[in-house]
Amino acid sequence: MKKSMEELPYSGIRKFFDLASGMRGVISLGVGEPDFVTPWHIREASVYSLEKGYTNYTSNCGLEELRREICRYLFRKFQLEYDYSREIIVTVGASEAIDIALRCVLEPGDEVIIPEPCFVSYKPCTVMAGGVPKSIFTREADHFKLRPEDLEKAITPRSKVLLMCYPNNPTGAVMIGKELQAIAQVVERYDLLVISDEIYSELTYEGEHVSFASLPGMKERTVLVNGFSKSFAMTGWRIGYTAAPEDITAAMLKIHQYTIMCAPIMGQMAAIEALKNGEGEIKRMAGQYDQRRNLIVNGLNQIGLPCFEPRGAFYAFPSIKLTGMSSQEFCEKLLKEEKVAVVPGDAFGESGEGYVRCSYAASVEQITEALNRMEKFVERHVKKRKTVYAVR
Amino acid sequence: MDDVKVRLLQALEQNHRITTKALATMLNLPEKEVKGMIKELEDVKVILGYITLIDWEKTGNNDNVTAIIDVKVTPQRDVGFDIIAERICRFPEVKSVYLMSGGYDLSVMIEGTSMKQVAFFVAEKLATLENVQSTATHFVLKKYKQDGIIFDEDQKDRRLVISP
Repeated sequence: MKKSMEELPYSGIRKFFDLASGMRGVISLGVGEPDFVTPWHIREASVYSLEKGYTNYTSNCGLEELRREICRYLFRKFQLEYDYSREIIVTVGASEAIDIALRCVLEPGDEVIIPEPCFVSYKPCTVMAGGVPKSIFTREADHFKLRPEDLEKAITPRSKVLLMCYPNNPTGAVMIGKELQAIAQVVERYDLLVISDEIYSELTYEGEHVSFASLPGMKERTVLVNGFSKSFAMTGWRIGYTAAPEDITAAMLKIHQYTIMCAPIMGQMAAIEALKNGEGEIKRMAGQYDQRRNLIVNGLNQIGLPCFEPRGAFYAFPSIKLTGMSSQEFCEKLLKEEKVAVVPGDAFGESGEGYVRCSYAASVEQITEALNRMEKFVERHVKKRKTVYAVR
Repeated sequence: MDDVKVRLLQALEQNHRITTKALATMLNLPEKEVKGMIKELEDVKVILGYITLIDWEKTGNNDNVTAIIDVKVTPQRDVGFDIIAERICRFPEVKSVYLMSGGYDLSVMIEGTSMKQVAFFVAEKLATLENVQSTATHFVLKKYKQDGIIFDEDQKDRRLVISP
């Protein structure tokens, strides 16, 4: 096996997954996907397409009707104008989109600037594409937003790409138009390409999501990545897409063409229905998440795990520093003692140490019970710790 | 009605056992305000009651039968169908009454202990009412879904315990 593969670590989630999946009676706030199943009208559209015999390959870049719908959607939501025939590729989830985007732009040694904590695949995908990941640690004090001065500091002559995700997994941070504008200025000054993972765009709770590509001058230098997994509760369908300038799209399409051929047609048929008639369901689900968000953020703060208010995605990212434990230790103990699964923050990069990710894509009952159990856990351990200090 | 009240009602419609404290947190309102709103909505009869949906079949001691009766009625001057509908509502056997468009006028749902009892109720109480022209009785054989809830739906969480 090649050496670089041996050196590439497994996702930090894997070890914890092995631990958790063997246990019974676990309440999981560790899941990175909606707890809703795909709305019935979308499933039904896919079933109907199968009945009609749509079981073939599609064009490499995806069904024309789907690409047209994607363009209509991007215009409707973000006032973005893309050409369905030259600037859109339907991918196997947003994960593939990130991979092909990185692979088609990086020369060996090119640097990819990645604000952390971030989704687990960004750094490995960069490495696998021959690039060098350069992390920027975002801070809770800044609500985990990327600061333009930090971006500027991270830039070297080898910097080529800024890869970012807002609303963010795992922090739930969002960036508003003005803040993105400041980033855009730095991007322009240093001639960077931006891969903007906006998979959680529909899950923005205060104000409207602003697409990075919609900022003046940014469409030409942005690979916009989005998909159906989170907004339409369609994780298992594996349908995402890229919207990018024609030359980059053409290059990405080569990789996609030779490795994937095309995204599965049944998923593409479902995605068409989702875009045509799914708006109501998106709103309904987002409304539910918003209420649970209030419940969990409030609850975490009350039980002594301070948590900034996440304004997007479906994650709360409380600090566990008061317990004196590392993220891994906290999660392992919480799982073993109280049977609640949350994800250690350091799985999303070094800067996530001292935090845990709690997904609120769970029912109100589950969240309430998980908070009760966590409260007992925190009480026990923080108290114990205080006693130790007193003895000393 | 303002948006907050609508969201409150939607939340209660889904689950009325939720505590007002949790409800207040979810809606980002003081608990006192939520309590006040609920009280007000109860007073003006927007909230009419809190019902539990039970699958009596599973209890093993349920022999009740349900029937839906199509009723044709001669409407009355000035009051239309209202007076007769209100009279039908008063029978405790009657679970629901709707005014319908189409081939008949009132759809009446009746619950009784046996088919015979329901049939006699229709023949003796319902059909004999003044202004009732005709009735057609349909017995319910099995319930699959009621009030948006599917009986015996497999609601297993199929997600992995941990995923990125």
